[in-house]
Amino acid sequence: MKEIKVLGSGCPNCKATAKLIEEVAADKGVDVQVEKVEDIAAIMSYGVMSTPGVVIDGKVVHAGGVPDRKTVASWL
Amino acid sequence: MFEYLASQLVYRFLGLSPESHAGQALHFFVMDTAKIFFLLFLVIYVMGLLRAILSPEKVRDYVRGKPKWLARTLAITLGAVTPFCSCSSVPLFIGFVEAGIPLGVTFSFLIASPMINEVAAVILVGILGWKLAALYVGAGLLVAWVGGAVMERFRPERWVEDYVWKIHMGEAQMAEVDTSLAGRHRYAMNEVREIVGRIWKWVLAGIALGALFHGYVPQQWVLEYLGDRDNWLAVPGAVLLGIPLYSNATGVIPLAEAMLGKGVAIGTTLALMMSIAALSLPEMLILRKVMRWPALTLYASVLAVAFTLVGWGFNLLQE
Repeated sequence: MKEIKVLGSGCPNCKATAKLIEEVAADKGVDVQVEKVEDIAAIMSYGVMSTPGVVIDGKVVHAGGVPDRKTVASWL
Repeated sequence: MFEYLASQLVYRFLGLSPESHAGQALHFFVMDTAKIFFLLFLVIYVMGLLRAILSPEKVRDYVRGKPKWLARTLAITLGAVTPFCSCSSVPLFIGFVEAGIPLGVTFSFLIASPMINEVAAVILVGILGWKLAALYVGAGLLVAWVGGAVMERFRPERWVEDYVWKIHMGEAQMAEVDTSLAGRHRYAMNEVREIVGRIWKWVLAGIALGALFHGYVPQQWVLEYLGDRDNWLAVPGAVLLGIPLYSNATGVIPLAEAMLGKGVAIGTTLALMMSIAALSLPEMLILRKVMRWPALTLYASVLAVAFTLVGWGFNLLQE
């Protein structure tokens, strides 16, 4: 199972990103656990300043803006 | 082209008279909506294709550890070429502080960023001509430089929230980017969707306000109260009016177009544009998360004074 963290201080784009990842994962039948990280100190500890950011298994794969569907699919 | 389109639609198809208030307002609205959104899509797409859109992480890397004059120059230049959403202000601020970038430089960046960006600059050239675009951008850079330097004199460090100093940032290994043409196209389309999705409301509101001004505000009244550069109160009035009003740098352009078209003095118009784009209550509330009210009050006052001086300056220079 993949552990995915969405970094973002509760902005609409962050929610959209989390939702998109869950959707794509459901489509592909991949088992994921999506967690939203909203604490600013925690977000910055990943070195990310532009939200939303996406962390998969401890690695930052995306920062700034909602990722597109194809990119999300390539992560899973 | 846009002029022709708007005339056909409003005067021919809808049958409104070019002399009527509604006809003029609607014509302005249709023309500017078509023109500005066309330019928005085009500019953002091209920027995305060139991958010329900088991330705040990169900006921080460029600015950190430089001598102060260079750091400030880089900060305002980079602030001016990046269309950041004001929701990134807090992480940006913390990231800058954490990198040891002086607060005065950070303020210069925070001033330049909402006021100027390359998308707005291209649209300014398209709507108001390169001369006015150069004036606006030049004045904005100057205000950002001086504003940050003045803020520094007041030792704003004492008003920064304690937790900000304690945050430790990790080093992110950024994902490698897809540089194939298809990858660039996808990235560019995504940027267009993201940025237009974020700002279209402000732009449309700006066009609507501009259209109402264009169609309904009597020219005589404008010339009497806002066109006369000897009226010293017009500029501070414009700055004050801009504080509760908020829009982004692109949204203020159609309003400025309508004002200049009716003969409002250039300095007064520039002061209002800057005040609407850079001084706003929502922005203050976001920044309140990282600094206390004295710093914010000072920030707003420094900007208000700077915009007023810019406005007066340009009104004096105007022939």
